[in-house]
Amino acid sequence: MTGRTRNFYLIPYAAWMLLFVAAPIALIVYYSLFDIEGKFSFTNYQKFLSPIYLKMTLYSFWYALLITLFSLLVAYPTAYALTRTKHKQLWLLLIVLPSWINLLLKTYAFLGLFGTYGLTNAILETLGLGTHQILFTDFSFIFVSVYIFIPFMILPIFNALEDMNSSLLDASRDLGASAWITFRRVIFPLTLGGVKAGCQAVFIPALSLFMITRLIAGNRVITLGTAIEQHFLVTQDWGMGSAIAVVLIIVMALVMIATGERKRGVKDA
Amino acid sequence: MNKKPIIRFENVTKQYDGETILNDVSFEIESGKFYTLLGPSGCGKTTILRLIAGFTEPTEGHIHFRGKVIDRIPANERQVNTVFQDYALFPHLNVYENVAFGLRVKKWKKPDIDAKVKEALRFVNLEGYETRAISEMSGGQRQRVAIARAIVNEPEVLLLDEPLSALDLKLRTEMQYELRELQRRLGITFIFVTHDQEEALAMSDEIFVLDHGIIQQTGSPTDIYDEPINRFVADFIGESNIVPGRMIRDFLVEFAGRTFECVDGGFSSDEPVEIVIRPEDLEITTPDRGKMKVRVDSQLFRGVHYEIIGYDESGNEWLVHSTKRVNVGAEIGLDFDPEAIHVMRFGETEEEFDRRLEAYESSESGGAST
Repeated sequence: MTGRTRNFYLIPYAAWMLLFVAAPIALIVYYSLFDIEGKFSFTNYQKFLSPIYLKMTLYSFWYALLITLFSLLVAYPTAYALTRTKHKQLWLLLIVLPSWINLLLKTYAFLGLFGTYGLTNAILETLGLGTHQILFTDFSFIFVSVYIFIPFMILPIFNALEDMNSSLLDASRDLGASAWITFRRVIFPLTLGGVKAGCQAVFIPALSLFMITRLIAGNRVITLGTAIEQHFLVTQDWGMGSAIAVVLIIVMALVMIATGERKRGVKDA
Repeated sequence: MNKKPIIRFENVTKQYDGETILNDVSFEIESGKFYTLLGPSGCGKTTILRLIAGFTEPTEGHIHFRGKVIDRIPANERQVNTVFQDYALFPHLNVYENVAFGLRVKKWKKPDIDAKVKEALRFVNLEGYETRAISEMSGGQRQRVAIARAIVNEPEVLLLDEPLSALDLKLRTEMQYELRELQRRLGITFIFVTHDQEEALAMSDEIFVLDHGIIQQTGSPTDIYDEPINRFVADFIGESNIVPGRMIRDFLVEFAGRTFECVDGGFSSDEPVEIVIRPEDLEITTPDRGKMKVRVDSQLFRGVHYEIIGYDESGNEWLVHSTKRVNVGAEIGLDFDPEAIHVMRFGETEEEFDRRLEAYESSESGGAST
């Protein structure tokens, strides 16, 4: 009887999963198997193995990696500093707050800030450093992406740091470890779960970024995400777009499995 | 060399956010003894431990270690190790690596670490547990790992912060024996923090009783049990009957409406005092043969003894431990020796107490010889 009630409550969830997760994936896989003339073939996957797409894949990975790396470099010290502040929940809220604002709005804001007549160039001008082309560069692309992804990196790391028993730090100091060794041997290994979760939350979406590449990088940076968008909306080659999407989904699944929490993560140092 | 104190607190005051946790505390710790800091929660005992360990600095005063001031020396440069209340074992490392942590930090060579860790684990009866994860160990075993992790560094002083409080009663009693034994074998100084008076009495060479950031009394377990300096100590250590009284003159005291011979002296005549009699020192007898008559109010069977509560004619409550059964509502007599009466002066400091004790004891022995 309880089992039946539980099954009843599962219906909305199951329906959602079926309609918005399983069905779209099945459709994408289905579309990917038809070429632009609507004939069943594997040509889309063959095309994917051509140098153009492989290079694009490489770029996507490279940029996603850079974005993840810079996010981590900024987020870890920030999260660490946050745990030491008095009103940490307030500070955390202030950091998370921008992630509630629409992505497109934030991106447009950067168009204004980084533009030729924007605030950044105005400041550079006043400092006597001259006007620079900031928009449509790798720098601006990575900068804006990092800015957008940072809350997703900070949150899991902050939680991991908060969950850590502070007497472990005392214990480490007590056993003769300096602040640095305590960080390396106790704090970092114990927050690795949070770091992994943060990297997942940044790396995977960063792989398929397309809007920022278009607006901020001016399509100079073409990633797999951009390619999918182009195929669906511009060239109308749904088959090719789907094939890229299938590859991306597989890659994301692999990344998640690779960085996922292992059952027995405890290893001898 | 051993006579010199290893740790000395010199007028140490510690304040947190304007609140005084330790108030002008001075004491000395000798090498190779088992010390206990005993007191209720919030009395400042853990703060003393943290000051010695180096996790916090004194607001005023100085801490000396082997004659050197160590107020500002960080924890990782001090020759003391701590066994934490929650053990604070590293969950990402196995038993072996937990114990080896301190030695790895000191960059010992692998074979040396191996030998030393194995020895420490043997010391705490944990051979063969090297590769276990901490999560697979029971409370008592974790406790032993924590001890092994501390003693492997060969500290001169081992600090133990209520390490037994998380264990069940039986294991706790067992660990009391083991800790005492361990201290004897290692020959180093143990400073043990607890709020459990039985633990303190059972294990210590010397007990510091603390309350409100002040050391109330220092002494051996028997000193503190038999001659508590004030109401707080008498009440905190063991169970006791504390009643108001009056010193008629030295060695003669009045309480519960009668006068009794006692062995305390050094008072002014007619001085109001407090009387302590331990419940096990009261012996039940017939009403006419007892020194005092009480009416039994309640009786509880405690296993080893009956716990009897009665009231005398003046309304004082008397707690008696007796192996004899009595009838509730009956009138009984209570008998006790003059030695069982302990007289406490109001507001007497430990120094004054010791001085008075010395003064009347020497005059007593001097009088007896003539």
